[in-house]
Amino acid sequence: MGDFKELLNEAKKQIKEVSVQEVRDKLNPDNGFTLVDVREGDEWEQGHLDKALFLPRGFLEVKADKTLTDKNQPVVVYCAGGVRSALAAKTLQDLGYSNVYSMRGGFTEWKNNGFPFVTPEKVGKDQMARYSRHLRIPEVGEKGQLKLLKSKVLLVGAGGLGSPAGVYLAASGVGTIGLVDYDVVDESNLQRQILHWTSSVGIPKVDSARRTLFEINPDVKVRTYAVHLDASNILDIMQDYDVIVSGSDNFTTAYMVNDAALLLKKPVAYGSIFRFEGQASTFIPYAGPCFRCLYATATPPELAPSCDEAGVLGVLPGVIGLIQATEAIKLLLNLGTTLSGRLLVYDALEMSFRQFKLRRDPACSACGPNAHIDLKSIPEFVCAVQTASAQG
Amino acid sequence: MSLKVVIPTPLRKFTAGAETVEVQAATVEEVLANLDSKYPGFRASVCDETGALRRFINIYLDGEDVRFLENLATPVADGAEIAIVPAISGG
Repeated sequence: MGDFKELLNEAKKQIKEVSVQEVRDKLNPDNGFTLVDVREGDEWEQGHLDKALFLPRGFLEVKADKTLTDKNQPVVVYCAGGVRSALAAKTLQDLGYSNVYSMRGGFTEWKNNGFPFVTPEKVGKDQMARYSRHLRIPEVGEKGQLKLLKSKVLLVGAGGLGSPAGVYLAASGVGTIGLVDYDVVDESNLQRQILHWTSSVGIPKVDSARRTLFEINPDVKVRTYAVHLDASNILDIMQDYDVIVSGSDNFTTAYMVNDAALLLKKPVAYGSIFRFEGQASTFIPYAGPCFRCLYATATPPELAPSCDEAGVLGVLPGVIGLIQATEAIKLLLNLGTTLSGRLLVYDALEMSFRQFKLRRDPACSACGPNAHIDLKSIPEFVCAVQTASAQG
Repeated sequence: MSLKVVIPTPLRKFTAGAETVEVQAATVEEVLANLDSKYPGFRASVCDETGALRRFINIYLDGEDVRFLENLATPVADGAEIAIVPAISGG
């Protein structure tokens, strides 16, 4: 029995060593070589060679069979400095692998040469606690959380519906939340618009919302658009987002969002409210019905005044806005069955949820075969009583 | 044929606030006619001058849009549920 140095020298005599340059130029996955990283998990997480397989040396003998199925496959083993990989290469040879190389100098040498490497995507240690209840759900998990953190959701309207949706989407770790609203916080908003607090009265809704969302989750990037959505800006604003939450308080904006979403092929989580009643659906462009398939024209103002005029139960938008947020999360994570093709109608007095079947309308002016979308032609549906708020 | 009609919030001004109304009818058309005789003006809120269903109102028979059935001529069975659902715009 010799000491460690002898053991290492003996191993090195029996294996082939290659330089980091050779690996970069020739002995790499592009040329049919398999890269095996035999370091520990925490080292792997700091960065590794692109397309390398993670096979810590402690598991090498146990897992080699499953990870490296072809014993004639050319394999380059590396570790941090070239010691563990030399021993690992010897082990692989002993296991019958015929074409094994150890990368001299290891990952340290590779990095010192300025060669490219990748860092595995992980939910950061500081984020593990925050999202731990998501990480425990197999359907979300780390992969789903990373997806959410990279996702972008646009809230059209930072009012009754946008408030609960925004609060929960931010808490869930949706990485970027866009807010469109040109209104200013009014005292009458506070009964239901939970993004806005008493101290926010008088300031633009998007600024008030940004402050709240930051307090809820500083991981979230908030982008604000204090504008009136129209044909000149809607496509530019919407094109960056993965899902649109349509929660405006007027038909013009609802149709505008619908038509722009069709042009950009963006899914829309739709909601609307009236006193004790709410409606929600999900519109997936060309795969399911759109808002115009559901309602070809707007209800005249005497039948559908806005919340400002008609009043709304303060808790009602909480229910509908969170249905929209739930749909947004499901769309982002490709989970479950969405409300596409269904209209959900909630009656708070009756405490009932009714579902109605929606179909694509072959005569739909926005998504039918003879559709013609012209964002400039969407009429303003004038309210019976003019109010200051248009997105509340 | 006795069936239940679910009245949407914006039309409850006709029904003295009632959320649902029982009517006797054999078709959707008859449902509307009966509601209009009980609550004058109801039909005009739901149908236009030509008698066609307004495009911002859907009528569902047991969850199915009557536009995809036989429209107002759709027969209704005893115990069916008719829901009148207009577009609403609050946010």
